[in-house]
Order: sequence, then C-alpha cells, then structure tokens
Amino acid sequence: MTDLLDILSNPAFWVAVLRIATPLILGTLGVLLCERAGVLNLGIEGIMVAGAFTGWLAVYAGAPLWAGVGVAALTGMVFGLLHAFLTVGLALSQHVSGLGITLLATALSYFGYRVSFPKVNTPPTITPFAPMDWLPVPILNAQTALTLFALLLVPAVAWVLYRTPLGLALRMVGENPQAAESQGVSVAATRTGAIVAGSALMGVAGAFLTLSAFNAFFFNMVNGRGWICVALVVFASWRPGKALLGALLFAFFDALQLRLQQSGDAVLPYQLYLMLPYLLSILALVLVARKASYPQALMKPYRKGER
Amino acid sequence: MRLERRHESSRAALVLAPIGAVVFTLLVSALLVRWAGAPVGRTYALLLQGGFGSVFAWSETLTRAIPLILTGLAATVAFKARLFNIGAEGQLFAGALAAVAVGGMHGGTGFELSPWLLFPLMMLAAAVAGALMLLGPALMKNKLGVDEVVTTLLINFIVLLGVSALLDGPMKDPTAMGWPQSVSLQPDLELGKLIAQTRVHTGLLWAVSLAVCVWAIFKYTVLGFDIRAVGANARAAAFAGVPVTRTVVMVALLSGALAGLAGAIEVAGRTSYVTLDMSPGYGYTGIVIAMLAGLHPLGVIAAGVFVAGVLVGADTMSRAVGVPTYIADVIVAASLIAVLVATLLTQYRVRVTK
Repeated sequence: MTDLLDILSNPAFWVAVLRIATPLILGTLGVLLCERAGVLNLGIEGIMVAGAFTGWLAVYAGAPLWAGVGVAALTGMVFGLLHAFLTVGLALSQHVSGLGITLLATALSYFGYRVSFPKVNTPPTITPFAPMDWLPVPILNAQTALTLFALLLVPAVAWVLYRTPLGLALRMVGENPQAAESQGVSVAATRTGAIVAGSALMGVAGAFLTLSAFNAFFFNMVNGRGWICVALVVFASWRPGKALLGALLFAFFDALQLRLQQSGDAVLPYQLYLMLPYLLSILALVLVARKASYPQALMKPYRKGER
Repeated sequence: MRLERRHESSRAALVLAPIGAVVFTLLVSALLVRWAGAPVGRTYALLLQGGFGSVFAWSETLTRAIPLILTGLAATVAFKARLFNIGAEGQLFAGALAAVAVGGMHGGTGFELSPWLLFPLMMLAAAVAGALMLLGPALMKNKLGVDEVVTTLLINFIVLLGVSALLDGPMKDPTAMGWPQSVSLQPDLELGKLIAQTRVHTGLLWAVSLAVCVWAIFKYTVLGFDIRAVGANARAAAFAGVPVTRTVVMVALLSGALAGLAGAIEVAGRTSYVTLDMSPGYGYTGIVIAMLAGLHPLGVIAAGVFVAGVLVGADTMSRAVGVPTYIADVIVAASLIAVLVATLLTQYRVRVTK
C-alpha cells in the first residue's frame, strides 16, 4: 500500500501519465471527428504507423521537427482520402476498408523503412522535441510542445463541433444524412472533410511516438494504440472532453502497471499487469454501451436518392 | 459521383474482377520494386518461382496456406453473418495452447490415453477454446450492443499476453534453454507428412475438408440459410422468424472453432509446441483471404494458396534481389482494396454527376 502511495506522490509518475496519454488524445480526437460524421475509421492503427514513419523520415532527412509533424499529418490525410473514397464515394464496408488501410499503411511503412535502411540493426536516431522547461507549470513543463498541442486541441475540437456551422453540419451528417442533404449540406463533402481532418490527427498521433516519446522508428511501435483510441471514443460517448478524460484514465493505468512491474516485489507475472489496460477498455465498453448515444448514421453508407 | 445498381452482372465479370484487381495491384507495386532498385520483371519472376515454381516451392506454399485457409474460413463464416470477428489471431493461439495442454501431458501421470482417443480430444479442446474466445464478444454485441470489432481486437492482445505468461510459467518447457516455448506434443499426436522430405502435412486435408463442410453448411442447411438472412438484414430476419441470437451464437462458435483448429493444426503439423511467434498474423491475413474470396468457402482455398504463394515467394525473391519481404504484405493489402473496388464495379455503375 505504501508502494502505491509512493508511486502516486511521485511527480515523475504524472509526467509519464501525460506522456502516455498524448498519442491517445490525438488519435481519439481523430476517430471522434470521423465517427461524428458517421464513418468508422479502423485505418487508425496503420495511419499511426505511417505518420510515425514519414514524420521521423522527414526529420531524419533534415527537415525541422514541426515540418516532420506536418508531413505526418499529410500522410494521414492521404490515407484519409483513400478511406473517404472507398467508404463515402463507393459506399464500401467501413470495417473492411479501414482494416485494409491499416494493413496497407503498415506494410508500406515497413517496406519504406527497409528500403531506406537496408542493413541497419539499430535504428538511426534523430533529436526529438525538447521539454518545455520555460513553462512555469510543473509536470506540463516536462512535456513537449506536442502534448500542449494535444491538450489545446480538445477545447478547439469541442468548440468547432458545438459552436460553429461547420460542426453542426458535421454532426448532422452523422445523425441524419437525409435531413442534412435537404438543408443543402453536402453529405459526401462533409464526411470526406471530417475523415481527412481526423486522419491527419491520427498521423500526428503516430509522429508523437517517433518525434517526442522516442527518437527513432521501430517495428510494432504503435502496438495497438490505435485500437485503444477506437475503444476510447465509445467510452467517451463521442464527446471531446470525455475523450480527454478517458485517455488520461487509460494512461494512468498504463503508467501504474509499468511502476508496479518495476517495484520489484510483483507477485503476479508482468503480463497480467500489461493486460489491465485492455481489460479495462472492454469493461468500459460494456458499462458505457447501454447508454451510449451512437451517432445514428454511424457505419451506414449514404447514397443520394437511395434509402 | 453516384452509383447506380446494375440490373445483372455477368458470371464472367464476377470471376474476372478479382483477377483484374490483382493484376492492377501488381502493376502499381512495380513502382515500389523500382524504388527498391530492382528490375521489375526479374523480381516478379522470382516471386512467382519462389511461390509456385517447383515441388519444393509448392510444398512450402501449401504448408503456409493451411493456417491461412482455416483463418480465412473463420472470417468467412463470421462476416457472412456480419459478425466482424477480428479476433482470429487470439482464437488461433487459444486453440494452439489448448491442443498442447491436452496433447502435451507426457507420461509419469500413470494415466495414458490411446492416441486414437487423445487426438480427437485435442482437436475438440482447441475448437472449444477458440469458440469460447468469440462467444463473449458475440453475446456482448447481441445483448448489449458493444461493437465486436473493438472487443475481438482487444481480446487478441489479452490472449497473447496470457500465452506469454503461460509460456514463462506453468506451460514452459523446462528443456527449452530458457526460451519461452511450451512443452511439446506427444509424438504420436503429430500429423503425418503429405509429401516426404517436405514440411507439407495432412493438415491440408483438414483445411480443404473443412472448407467443403462450411460450403455445404451454407448451401444445404437451415443454419446456412439463417446465417445469410442475418447477414443480409438482421431486423428483417428476426421479423421473418429467424432465431437471430441463436444464429449469432452458432456463427461465433463455428468461426472461433475454425480459428482454434488453425492453431491446433499448426502445432500438430508443423511446430509441435507453442511459441509467441508461431503466427505472423495469420488471424489478420485470414480476413484479407475471406474478402479476396468474396466470402465463398471454396474460394478461400484458392485465395489462401495465392496469398501463401506471395508470402513464400517474397522470401526467396528477397534473398535474390534484395527487395524487402514487406512487398508481399503491400501486395496482399493492396489486392484486398483493389478487389473490393472491382467487385463493387461488377454490381454498380459509376456515374459522374454534378
């Protein structure tokens, strides 16, 4: 018990929580934007890999760090456009298209990495984002600017969704596309925009891993974080504020299991601690499912004039 | 842009569409081969040769196809009923572990079963283990409305961590020199070789017969009809008197069992023990195979052999011309997307409108 108190009172623990939460916040907001417009985007896992790779590659080739973030966002947008073409343009199954994009983006990234660095065993490194020492806020000043960006993005996305005509159109398209169309809102254009913007955030979420959390690109570095984001959106009932809360909660347990493992006197195999976040995700899904207010048109393709 | 349903699509188009899509994918992937600095023609020739060019190539391809056909069938059964089972990877490991748990109890217990009894028990345990992995998500979807895609995906991670814990602890082979590896199956439970001096084993016959069984279930049984009805429109099916929950449960059991058997057959036919890297994502590749086959159980055999050939051929090709083996994964993933688009075009006409 004293162990637990020691862990929780250590600022380093909370620094870790915020660091683990950052890619989850970015990715969850990305999924949230797509789903609010009525489109499931299971491409996230692969888009994060691709963003992590291209962002890192750009910086390795000499681009400034923020340009790397931009490249990662652009990569996300390209895959987002593909997803939009398949699911909005051609009305294909959103599940299958998303999985296809995850496989394609992951394979392309790994292929690109191997072509660029055929014979290396230790991955080449870059100088990642530095912590914001100048900030007079403890814990936050141990983070990089990307974390601050992710935190500021939460109210920004909430504001766009609930306070602007654009957000209204986006939500309408996800709830009742027929009604939106009759109000002169283009369902196809709005959905495409939401998917592209959301996928850009997914790309940045991946870039955080290579440009801030670590300084290199590894195989399997995304390791299911994208899927966690998909679960978090349900947990958050499609609300940005709750998405932040969910990401922090998840990161809290993830950081906690890391510390409990390291504290040495762990009685249980370490794998059981690693399972905890996934078990919690499922539990959260079950608890929230009953009262979840799914966007009504989620996963339903819209074809003009067809009902 | 808008889509108009075609009144009828010709049989030839339905068969040619996937082939055309794969050819298109190969043309686009040629750009990647050029990027890697290799001659396109020679690379593809080597890929083809490595996958299908000799008896040895065929034996390796068919060996690799066995788990892929089974996970492909698992995805086909589930997707037909719109149960998006993305958890075949975890179900495969659960099946493999159950197989070893039953078939790996070496003497010393004073309790010996004849292999004639133990073998079916082992396969049954694997099927049950795989099925149980999917039952939870299927019921959660049906009763609570929890999206099964996310739950089955998350369960994959849980199962893999569980396997890892067991391979470090209770099920670890004490003679494995510290490697996380399970105890081995009793030798008399291992599957025989189909071709001497190669790795291809009688699991292939299992995979092909199971594909035929699934096809027969779809075509000739009430369950098959119910599955198609639930997949087409669950609400209409319920209205028409189809027992939706029971059908979804049956689908989950069948799909999970097939993936579990994939694990058991890998263990009995190829590895004889469980390791964490016994499957390089067969569960996920099975989804691609099911889609390439257009969710047709017999098509799954062809798609499984095709994908296995590309994966095996890429290994040989990579050694010869140095194009990274990941090209195979790119080709497989891009084929999936291209085939989806091509199949759609056989059903719809695209009209560009203002």
